[in-house]
Amino acid sequence: MEKLLLLGDEAIAQGAIDGGMSGIYAYPGTPSTEIMEFVHGSKIAEDLNIHRLWSANEKTAMESALGMSYAGKRSMVCFKHVGLNVAADAFVNASITGVNGGVIVVSADDPSMHSSQNEQDSRFYAKFTMIPILEPSNQQEAYDMAYYGFELSEKLNVPVMLRITTRLAHSRAGVQRKEMKKQNQLKLPSDPRQFVLLPAIARKNYKKLIGMQPAMEVESEKSPFNQYIDGADKKLGIIAAGLAFNYLMENYVDGKNPHPILKLSQYPLPEKQVAKLYNQCDAILILEDGAPLIEEMLRGFLNLGKPIHGRLDGTVPRDGELDPNVVAKALGMEVHEGQVVPEVVKNRPPSLCQGCGHRDVFEELNEVLLDYGTGRVFSDIGCYTLAALPPFNSINSCVDMGASITMAIGAADAGLVPAVSVIGDSTFTHSGMTGLLDAVNKNSPITVIISDNSTTGMTGGQTSAAHGRIYEICKGLGVDPEHLITMIPLKKHHEENVKILRRELEYKGLSVLIPQRECIQTFARRKKSEKNESNE
Amino acid sequence: MKSDIILGGVGGQGILSIAAAIGLAALKNNLHLKQSEVHGMSQRGGDVQSHLRISSKPIASDLIPKGKADLIISVEPMEGLRYLPFLSKDGWLVTNITPFNNIADYPSIEDLLKQIKAFPNHIAIDADAIAKAAGSSRSSNIVMLGAASPFIDIPYERLEDGIRQLFGKKGDELVNTNLKALKAGREFTEKNR
Ligand SMILES: Cc1ncc(C[n+]2csc(CCOP(=O)(O)OP(=O)(O)O)c2C)c(N)n1
Repeated sequence: MEKLLLLGDEAIAQGAIDGGMSGIYAYPGTPSTEIMEFVHGSKIAEDLNIHRLWSANEKTAMESALGMSYAGKRSMVCFKHVGLNVAADAFVNASITGVNGGVIVVSADDPSMHSSQNEQDSRFYAKFTMIPILEPSNQQEAYDMAYYGFELSEKLNVPVMLRITTRLAHSRAGVQRKEMKKQNQLKLPSDPRQFVLLPAIARKNYKKLIGMQPAMEVESEKSPFNQYIDGADKKLGIIAAGLAFNYLMENYVDGKNPHPILKLSQYPLPEKQVAKLYNQCDAILILEDGAPLIEEMLRGFLNLGKPIHGRLDGTVPRDGELDPNVVAKALGMEVHEGQVVPEVVKNRPPSLCQGCGHRDVFEELNEVLLDYGTGRVFSDIGCYTLAALPPFNSINSCVDMGASITMAIGAADAGLVPAVSVIGDSTFTHSGMTGLLDAVNKNSPITVIISDNSTTGMTGGQTSAAHGRIYEICKGLGVDPEHLITMIPLKKHHEENVKILRRELEYKGLSVLIPQRECIQTFARRKKSEKNESNE
Repeated sequence: MKSDIILGGVGGQGILSIAAAIGLAALKNNLHLKQSEVHGMSQRGGDVQSHLRISSKPIASDLIPKGKADLIISVEPMEGLRYLPFLSKDGWLVTNITPFNNIADYPSIEDLLKQIKAFPNHIAIDADAIAKAAGSSRSSNIVMLGAASPFIDIPYERLEDGIRQLFGKKGDELVNTNLKALKAGREFTEKNR
């Protein structure tokens, strides 16, 4: 079989395709987006007609994947770590229903928050839902785990979490493909009430899930992804989870490790292997590219055993991603830094593109808000969040997708009137619509600006779920048509738009304004491909 | 052999095309390769970097440790300096001198050049002008690759193959302009190192 040069994300996609996946469900989010995008570009996926459309949000994605599993087929769900919060209700309950066709849930964590609001560690979710976690240390394992994950899920009757972090998601290396497996046939669950979580059934299912724990541990003990690598110097034993293993080995010249290492890539923790390391060594160092999950388990609340080193005792910094240098320091090795960065080097933060419609929206809004004072703009997550930075300094919040409308409602309830919310089209359909219904029902004195660039811009321009239908959706939700207005955010409409904004901010009820102009990036791409087509 | 390379630039400048050309060449030479990229938030006009590691032996970390890079290739004069903590003692800094100025406090080009030239192992090249002279102002990244090529342990012909593969789909004309750009960059370094 051929060897491919793939990002970690792409390796997961290829592994799932080769492992017999019938459908992939996802909502974009860095660093997970390229999994679905790779499937979109895959000729095999097209030929096999693998289902591969974006979902409106992570919850709908998780539920659709579970539905495909119910029908007996293999499905994958992908999102970034905070997407797991959105999908959590379905995710947690899916461990109680169990699966029919195998389900892999890919959650891409972002330690150091390269493009995220927090650095939560998805493994905690999998731990309390009591399902296995696969955590690859390299691109080949990412492929192999997606390939084997469906079988593991079917064998243990639970979804399996595949947890990656940013650096693996976005790093390329050679990957060896395996033989393609056939997709499952359509087949109903043998127990017709397996997925009916009435309390009486749920209680029974939950006991079954608890009963499966020893079997899950057996899988971890014999997993090829977990490896006990002996070393002569037993003063220290090292547990290296997922990607941390690579950073560890980088520090050992020619791969020769002085201390015993447990390379850990499949959970629940393999108790025998962990006990062996613990018993053989005087102290344990734990390396995790995320929160101290294994460390807390080994240390215990009272920390009465052997010394356990890691993030909790300061051997490794408490927050942020690992890298070879952080690990070197934890090993007590000296780090030889190159030159210092000269002072002439200035920060270069990301910024809104020149020619972006969001720019005009904020110029208009800033002008109108001069009359009211600052501190009343609740924003959401998307390119427009960059308006928090100079030169705009326009927005006062960015918390989670959809929160702009609902936070404005609460602030207005408290007396901050008018309150403004700014949200993008994709975020609006992801989780803004329900909040808008609240605002309609209370006629909240807020002005909602849905800055519609017809795409999911921040993550690279994926299809927006309700392209061209935002106005109709707002109308359908019950927004008063007199206060539901579309605008064109262009310099030449500046005065006119400012007038509308001023009027609607004065209105003591709900207004929804929809500035509409295509994203400059997708526009440029569209023009280029149109030009190429006409040349052919 | 091993080459640890940091690529630097501003989101939108296309540093990944340089990485792709080297990557294709490395694969043809049966070398191991790991290449970490930046996607997402920082792409929009912010600083971006890529770590590219090529070796005849298996590579452990996707990220290059500090002080271990053999080469920094920067398509912008300020961005190369940002990654100096990664450069090894005898590593090379190969940088374009055409600024990408999208921030209010961007330093003067004189100050930047002073810093670059203070560094003994440097190549400071006007890749935009050389690309233009070679027939395509859009090939400046490939000029940069050419300028860096003497410091990459891969035969020059393999890099040419990489270019052919990278641009092959888009026609012979584009392949030839880029091969010319590659050569112009290499010649500059051979004259100025
Ligand atoms: C729960 C969750 N899912 C996904 C993301 C990743 N994400 C950040 S912004 C964004 C898209 C925003 O699109 P839109 O609201 O249309 O604004 P645009 O970027 O196009 O201006 C996504 C998917 C996230 N931060 N949180």
